[in-house]
Amino acid sequence: MTAVATELILEATKVRKEFGGLTACSDIDFTIPRGAIVSLIGPNGAGKTTFFNMITGLYEPTAGRIVFNGRDITGAKPHEVVRAGIGRTFQNIRLFGNMTAIENVLVGLHHTLRGTWWQAILQPPSVRREEIRALERGRELLNLMGLAVRESDYARNLPYGDQRRLEIARALATDCKLLLLDEPTAGMNPEETRQLTTFVRSLRDRLGLTILLIEHDMKVVMGISERVTVLDHGEKIAEGTPAEVQADARVIEAYLGRGAAGEG
Amino acid sequence: MTQVVTLARRSLNPLSGLTHDPRQRRIVAVLILAALIYPFLASAGLFPSWVPAPTTNNLIVMCYYAVLALGLNIVVGFAGLLDLGYVAFYVFGAYTTAFLGSEQFGFHLSWWVTVWIAVAIAALAGVLLGAPTLRLRGDYLAIVTLGFGEIVPLMFKNLDKININIAGQKIIGPDFNLTGGVLGINPIDPPTLPSPFGKEIIFSNSNPHASLYLILLILMVVFFLSRRLRDSRLGRAWMAIREDETAAEAMGINTVSTKLLAFALGASCSGFVGAFVSSYQTAVFPESFNFAISITILIMVVLGGMGSLRGAVLGAFALSYVSETFLPWAGTFVNPPINSLGDATHVAFFTNFTLSAYNYLIFGVVLVLMMIFRPEGLLPSATRRAELHGEGIAAESTFGTTASVAEAATDFEEAAGELPIADWSDAAGAAAEPTHAADEPPPSNPPSAGGPA
Repeated sequence: MTAVATELILEATKVRKEFGGLTACSDIDFTIPRGAIVSLIGPNGAGKTTFFNMITGLYEPTAGRIVFNGRDITGAKPHEVVRAGIGRTFQNIRLFGNMTAIENVLVGLHHTLRGTWWQAILQPPSVRREEIRALERGRELLNLMGLAVRESDYARNLPYGDQRRLEIARALATDCKLLLLDEPTAGMNPEETRQLTTFVRSLRDRLGLTILLIEHDMKVVMGISERVTVLDHGEKIAEGTPAEVQADARVIEAYLGRGAAGEG
Repeated sequence: MTQVVTLARRSLNPLSGLTHDPRQRRIVAVLILAALIYPFLASAGLFPSWVPAPTTNNLIVMCYYAVLALGLNIVVGFAGLLDLGYVAFYVFGAYTTAFLGSEQFGFHLSWWVTVWIAVAIAALAGVLLGAPTLRLRGDYLAIVTLGFGEIVPLMFKNLDKININIAGQKIIGPDFNLTGGVLGINPIDPPTLPSPFGKEIIFSNSNPHASLYLILLILMVVFFLSRRLRDSRLGRAWMAIREDETAAEAMGINTVSTKLLAFALGASCSGFVGAFVSSYQTAVFPESFNFAISITILIMVVLGGMGSLRGAVLGAFALSYVSETFLPWAGTFVNPPINSLGDATHVAFFTNFTLSAYNYLIFGVVLVLMMIFRPEGLLPSATRRAELHGEGIAAESTFGTTASVAEAATDFEEAAGELPIADWSDAAGAAAEPTHAADEPPPSNPPSAGGPA
């Protein structure tokens, strides 16, 4: 990693989540350097999504601290986390199905707009201008995602690949500094996966984003990640560059079982 | 760009707040004119008795139900919060007007002032009753709101003998009469306006013409407010919550304040109606606020098409026309033969038969038929139509659909049919800045700062 990478955009310290007697995440230390593409991987049930949900405020950590961009966001509400600058997509696509593509993106822009309920009624020029700007910005984002032609289509009627892209467009609309992608390649074939990989990298390069990927599939991650963190049974078992992680005996064990690690 | 022009143009025409389609605007103008002229025609005896023409009083009922339906539509149709106790807010509006404009406490504030207080109190009631339901979804929300709809009218019914003693010290009492109990509050001052012809205009049931104009004005104002709210940032947030609350939260929407606003703004519409109805009838009685009203308003919204403004108005007009005008009218033909049949056969059911007593049965049948044949409602919003029929083209969407976009979309779909997955890298290539070629393998040194060197 370069020197630039020493500046951390996200720093999670000893983050822990218990559901009753089950410890889904146990004392995980995790950092993301600004501008990096970082991946969180692990087998099913490793606690990846739980960890993700703690960052995004859906779950409150049982213990630990999460600092984003110099701000403590531990236990913040999801909408406060978005305002702080973290955008996300969902593993199982969660678009607003009965709203058009542009409306979905406009919802993403929600917190960047100021119009109140009484301004909605009175429509002062400032709010009109704001709405027009939001519409233009929304179209820009759809365009960026190659969805311009889909603007007035209902999200639920879009093909699967377009839905994934619209979800990213909506997340980008929140004006995030850190983009969390939860299994973005789920349900994709190898060719689509390869395209997405290239796309994610270009997003980072062009928009100056920091990206955290959750992946189930190690192979996907290795191509684009600068750092990889491996979780298993709620614990961090390895961290480092893709090459380091791939060589780690515990990682191989987690994925392939004890025998495989021994032979490896 | 056409959108921008439309947005900019919108404020010029006074009817544009009601609809932006010029054809519809003409229809709306005609309807409003018809409503203004109607009472003169009706009182001139223009309609013979064999025509089921609503009286002006019937028309007033139709209009205030339309306002209630528009208010409930904000909560149920826009924000997707199934509220079965909407009557609770209506009660607050009605009693607020009654307290401030009657002999009950000796305040005789002008109705033109109390109406705004009633709206504010109803909105406050919306927030207070909405707050405990915020964590509830779906069926659970419906049950709790149903409870509130029962509790609030009962509370007003029983607040006629209040005694509150704390440590032997009388705080309120003895037998402080707040609401008048089952007898309600009677009379209530009707709204009045000075008239150029000397006598002042009284807006009560003794003067239905004027009252009709007043409630029409309220209906237009509420329709306009609903429309503006729907097409705003707040309206989108409501719809996002209706679609997927978790995703809405993850997109930066404060679901707590957004849902409370839905309750408050929905309730405030019923505040208008409460203020109007109590002064129009010049009395309020707790018995007139029952569960059936909540359900009737909900049926109106569902019948018209949830989330659709025109639908809510049409649903309210249709149902209240049927129960206020049509059934009593049809009863004059249907009841006598059945009753005489009952007299002849000594069957009490036939003897006591009155058609208009069966309005809820008829509503129920209509609702079942609707669910089978037209589940999206009579005049559905584009969203509901899409949901239930999978249509892709918006007719009433916020930003409309131009034919060319629709066409292009179809072409695209055909193309995509052969190549089901659009090219991600091409999408990236559409961005403004130049970058590495789309299909190249990822370069080892991305040009930006922060990447690996």
